[in-house]
Amino acid sequence: MNRLPRSVVAALAAVPAAALAVFFVWPFATIVSEALSGAAIRDTVTRRSTWEIVWFTSWQALLSTIVTIVIGLAPAAVVARFDFPGRGVLVGLLTAVFVLPTVVMGAAILALLPDALDRTVLAIVAAHVVFNLAVVVRLVGAMWELLPTDMEAAAATLGASRWRVFTDVSLPLIRPALTAAATVVFLFSFTSFGVIRVVGATGTRTIEVEVWRRATQLGDLGGAAVLTLLQLALLGVVVAWSTTLQRRHSRALGLRLRSPRRVPSGRSEQRVVTAIVVGTFAVVAAPLAALVIRSFSTPTGWSTAAWTDLGRTEIRPGLRVGVDPWNAVVNSLTTAVWATTFAVTIGALASLAIAAAGQAGRFLDAGLMLPLGTSAVTIGFGMLITFDVAPFDWRASWWLVPVGHALVAVPFVVRATLGVLRSVDPDLTAAAATLGASPTRAWYETVVPYLWRPLAAGAGLATAISLGEFGATSFLSRSGGETMPIAIERLLGRTGSILQAQGYALATMLAAVTVLVVVLTDRVQSFTRPTTSRRRG
Amino acid sequence: MSALEVIDVGVAFDGVTVLDDVSLAMVSGDITALLGPSGSGKSTLLRVIAGIIRPDRGSILIDGIDVTTSPTHRRRVGMVFQDNQLFPHRSVIENVAFGLKMAGVDRTSRQARSADWLDHVGLHGFGPRTVTELSGGEAKRVALARTLATEPAVVLLDEPLTGLDRELHDHLAGELSTILRAAGTTALLVTHDPEEAATVADRSIHLADL
Repeated sequence: MNRLPRSVVAALAAVPAAALAVFFVWPFATIVSEALSGAAIRDTVTRRSTWEIVWFTSWQALLSTIVTIVIGLAPAAVVARFDFPGRGVLVGLLTAVFVLPTVVMGAAILALLPDALDRTVLAIVAAHVVFNLAVVVRLVGAMWELLPTDMEAAAATLGASRWRVFTDVSLPLIRPALTAAATVVFLFSFTSFGVIRVVGATGTRTIEVEVWRRATQLGDLGGAAVLTLLQLALLGVVVAWSTTLQRRHSRALGLRLRSPRRVPSGRSEQRVVTAIVVGTFAVVAAPLAALVIRSFSTPTGWSTAAWTDLGRTEIRPGLRVGVDPWNAVVNSLTTAVWATTFAVTIGALASLAIAAAGQAGRFLDAGLMLPLGTSAVTIGFGMLITFDVAPFDWRASWWLVPVGHALVAVPFVVRATLGVLRSVDPDLTAAAATLGASPTRAWYETVVPYLWRPLAAGAGLATAISLGEFGATSFLSRSGGETMPIAIERLLGRTGSILQAQGYALATMLAAVTVLVVVLTDRVQSFTRPTTSRRRG
Repeated sequence: MSALEVIDVGVAFDGVTVLDDVSLAMVSGDITALLGPSGSGKSTLLRVIAGIIRPDRGSILIDGIDVTTSPTHRRRVGMVFQDNQLFPHRSVIENVAFGLKMAGVDRTSRQARSADWLDHVGLHGFGPRTVTELSGGEAKRVALARTLATEPAVVLLDEPLTGLDRELHDHLAGELSTILRAAGTTALLVTHDPEEAATVADRSIHLADL
């Protein structure tokens, strides 16, 4: 009786649904039809390099995952169990690194490692590990906090040493979180694109890099499409397997309360905690420090030339390198503004529609999450091969890159807003109705006011995502329209110390802006929950 | 003619019967307390009358008009929710004036009328305050003023005094009775406390007897 009229819900859902259909479903269908040619499938399957690439993609991802988990367990335990000076800074730093653009992470590792190790698999794994430590510390740490300390104490009273307490009590209980963290790290490393493009040697290719190479460098669209679907299939298997594992190992822990943290006591405990904290700080901060330092260093000593010359496109009079760093900064900012506008508009309309539509809203909800499940490379590739025929030849349009970014960002905007909208007590809307407000008016008066704050947080995330986006941009960006991540990859791929230093300077700038945006977003987000009590008579 | 008539209303949630052929009639100006243990469906009956829940069978008549399929905002029912449901992003006076705004009353007279209602419930000068800063008793008075300001045909009160401390509870019960009577309101009050029912209402009925 008091339902929002269907016409209103339909009007809200129209723009997001159309955007999803045109810019995701259609390009994806194009990829599928491109792949469904006997020749393309046969060529890809019989080519030896295909399976070498699949093998390399898998083992580097597995290695990255194992190393990340092993290194991440110690800080996860320390953060969950102990209070120590700098705890907040450590967690904040880990999170800041996690939100850095992939290209910046690649640049930071390149800056840190000695030349002999650059362009090796070791560099790739190092980048993945530093990047993903936050995943392990956050996910596993959060679960560890829920384990009652008394349970560990109980094991100790039964004669278990600290190590046995860990292996026989804590570890089995945190396994679901461990599986979840491992899955995230694995998926991230498996679909790694930006890091490999910056850090990897020319022949080092993951499936994503190979898709890009075939599509843009070799013009083999069929092969690229087959590889895209092959990767999706492999990812599907990994996710399904991990979901089953997590379900099998999850146990009811009874008390769902956070166990209190304590200050480390005793000499040896203090030493161990200090060592873990300092070690983690070093691992995470060193690449970032190296990035900044390298932007000021030249073969002839310290210099600010890389920063002051960002606007100069000629390295020597008459000699151009084809990359204009300052122009890239301007492009990135303009692109981010438009991408944020698109993502916020689509995300806001979608959230309102999903929250109002009940059951039917789940389709739109699931549909808008799809871009997350595929990858930015897939989105860029699909758009590249779809919008190249008149009247849909939009490759030269200024808005194509921002739309690609928006597509990647929309799931995050929806996640930020939908939860808040759903937590508005339906009785608040009913109260407006008893005071004479029509369903549409009641919705406008009691639900819509809650949209703005989470939307501001969503806008921040969208900006950060757009600024660092590399996968889709690699396909869609045109000469002269390079964004910062594209310029960074180009500059670091060249020889010449000035170009390298400029690359590091751009990466430093991008890192600073991204972290700033995310910190501001976090501030906004911590105030977003409405304080409605839910009591029923 | 009855101000409110509930005829053979039945409601089931997921196959569990909550209201089984409930009937009830109230004349204009009548203040009735509906008693029953918690979980007996008292609140559900109020929600059916307000049009927040659609009954599986039976009908609701307000001033002789069948409103069973009407949306809430066309029923001329007012409701004081158990947890008040004040709009947290609006000031006290804006909350009270909300219904008048929906009715299209112009700004000047709705300000004046809302201020009057705040005086009636003993909250003179509370207009500009934020609702999230009110005490439990103050918030309840604002909710009452907000509901009465629209001069509804029937006022529904869902456990209006539950959760207040003893002294405030007794004080407010007397006050509520006075305010409702002064306004000449037809009111249906849900409570589990027979003493409270006797203080506020003209008559008490048990849901089980309906």
